[in-house]
Amino acid sequence: MKKTDTHTLHKDTGLEEGPLVPRESRVREFWRLLKPNKLALAGLIIFVFFFFIALTGLVLTSGNRPVFDPAMVRLQEKLRPPFSEPRLEDLRPEEIPTLGIYLLGTDDLGRDVFSRMLQGAWVSSTVGFVAVGIAVLIGIVMGGISGYFGRNPVRVDHILVAFIVSLGGGLMVAGALFSGGVLLLIGCAYILSPLWWRKVLGKQSAPRLMRFLYKDTLSIDTLIMRLVDIMLCFPVFFLILTVVALLPASMYNIMIVIGLTSWMGTTRFVRAELLSLREQDFVTAAKALGVSDWRIIFRHMIPNAMAPVLVSATIGIASAILIEAGLSFLGFGVPPPHATWGNILSDGKRFIFDAPWLTFIPGFAILIVVLAFNLFGEGLRDVLNPKLRERY
Amino acid sequence: MLSVQELTVYFTSNGRVARALDGVSYEIRKGETVCLVGESGCGKTVSALTILGIIPQPPAQIMGGTVLFDGQNLLDLGEREMQKIRGNRIAMVFQEPMTSLNPVFTIEDQISEAIMVHEKAGGKEIRQRCIKLLKDVGIPSPEERLKDYPHQLSGGQRQRVMIAMALTCNPDVVIADEPTTALDVTIQAQILNLFRELKQIRKMSLLYITHDLGVVAHIADRIYVMYAGIIVEQGDTIHIFHSPQHPYTQGLLASLPSRTKRGGTLHSIPGLVPDPAHKPLGCPFHPRCSFAIKSCQIQFPEMYDYGEGHLSRCPVLYKKDRSHYEKA
Repeated sequence: MKKTDTHTLHKDTGLEEGPLVPRESRVREFWRLLKPNKLALAGLIIFVFFFFIALTGLVLTSGNRPVFDPAMVRLQEKLRPPFSEPRLEDLRPEEIPTLGIYLLGTDDLGRDVFSRMLQGAWVSSTVGFVAVGIAVLIGIVMGGISGYFGRNPVRVDHILVAFIVSLGGGLMVAGALFSGGVLLLIGCAYILSPLWWRKVLGKQSAPRLMRFLYKDTLSIDTLIMRLVDIMLCFPVFFLILTVVALLPASMYNIMIVIGLTSWMGTTRFVRAELLSLREQDFVTAAKALGVSDWRIIFRHMIPNAMAPVLVSATIGIASAILIEAGLSFLGFGVPPPHATWGNILSDGKRFIFDAPWLTFIPGFAILIVVLAFNLFGEGLRDVLNPKLRERY
Repeated sequence: MLSVQELTVYFTSNGRVARALDGVSYEIRKGETVCLVGESGCGKTVSALTILGIIPQPPAQIMGGTVLFDGQNLLDLGEREMQKIRGNRIAMVFQEPMTSLNPVFTIEDQISEAIMVHEKAGGKEIRQRCIKLLKDVGIPSPEERLKDYPHQLSGGQRQRVMIAMALTCNPDVVIADEPTTALDVTIQAQILNLFRELKQIRKMSLLYITHDLGVVAHIADRIYVMYAGIIVEQGDTIHIFHSPQHPYTQGLLASLPSRTKRGGTLHSIPGLVPDPAHKPLGCPFHPRCSFAIKSCQIQFPEMYDYGEGHLSRCPVLYKKDRSHYEKA
């Protein structure tokens, strides 16, 4: 009876080799867990497909004589619907579309929408990945510090020095070189002073003024998490709009701004994970091996905390693409000659009744990609959540 | 080699002060196995963590004492200097092999961590050393095991990996904090034998922390018996087991089950371990002690010398013993 039980058990879990050898590579395990989730699988396929399209888009639309030229203006061929044949008698040889037809039609300047979509795919994906990359990087560092060193207090002198240094930096940037430089020097000198401080004074008790400077004010954790709270108070899209209105419009500024305004979620995730990981035995064991604090955080703890970060990053890419499209639609995004899905949409909205494909094609592309990223993100969360696994 | 003197560590939480260590002194000589015995919560682990300087402060507070290692007081060293000693010269094996290994790294990554932190070595050399270490701690087919994750190993194998990690940099002292508590008896015996062999081959000192007297008899050269944050008795294994001079040690030994006592009721020490925040005045053991006299409630007992390094903290038994000798 017992024998048949264990036998069926093995069949259920798909482990043919026996109970002692759960040998399965991480990739295969991931695949087995993701496979039943058809929506996530579809999301993954679209994800990969989109990435492929974006890469080929970059290759085919850039250079001096690109295969698909997104900037080729053919005024005589404007607003042609998708799948229409070019009127070869009106075109010079270099103006003939590479595919022989306008696969997705042309816009009001007669530019090929297909090539513009290809170029836009690369813009969307870079904005998505780079912005999320920045956000995750900031989030991991901030969350790591907050979760691991959170209990350590911030002293009065820390706050003062931070204030002096940032004031000095601000003055330098604003043009007051001398006063700013002096403040910066004072700040740096104070930061470096403990190096000789201890040698000169030894372990004497500090004078009263110093004792005031060494007073603990708040913990590092409070400082960082309240900063997160403050950042979360702002409606992100309007914050980005404000910043973008002040900065010169370029793709890089947009990526950086989106990244700098969306790190809060990651910080919270990482901090929460690290708070529980900090009490784990393997962290104590690493300390007993003589591993330094930073190495413990970034090598031993962060990999254990990556699961929720990865999930939120996947979904974050979708929202970054959406934000970029929204900014481009409003005219604050990537500047015009460069095509993005958002500004194709924005240009097309004037002709929505005459040439609906100009709005529908980028609109659907954004919808599908964002949906795919979200579905894949959700599937990833299910796979990476150990509570949903049958082993362990 | 390593000597702890009058180490005093208090824990403060919510205004309550728990006196985890109340002036503990012990020493470990070169190539010696020293056992620290005592029940849960008597401060064994706290003293080990304090030696390595990885006790979380706060809540812990080191009130006094010294930890001398090669003439240096480890408590005076900065974090940087301590990092050079941890894992390199003093290493530690932890109690729970299940949770003391990082679940996301392979065995190879974890063993090579200490080499990467303390020494400069190339990838191939590190790999060779990892394989050799795994062979030394008795893991079969080490080349294949290197790529395994902790969850793919059994408890005994994980503890062997932990030991390999501790041995990576050839430390002078290994602190083993109840390394066999989480294992079953046969594996426990294997691990103990492994410790004995390794100690002989590598000429290292071993501080073995346990509450299991069977293990102690198996492995120790000298024994320190701890109770409620103090050392109550110390001496060679033979002396402690054959002529224990402290009522607590006697009670512990009497509570051991054995073949000759089969059928009878097992002896037990009455009462409970005192709350470290409210330790009794005088001798901390007196509420549970059958020899206790009035002065035990007031006077904190001194160490009494029985010769050959055998010391005990019970004046009552000491005087009784002396009078016995004097009569004879």
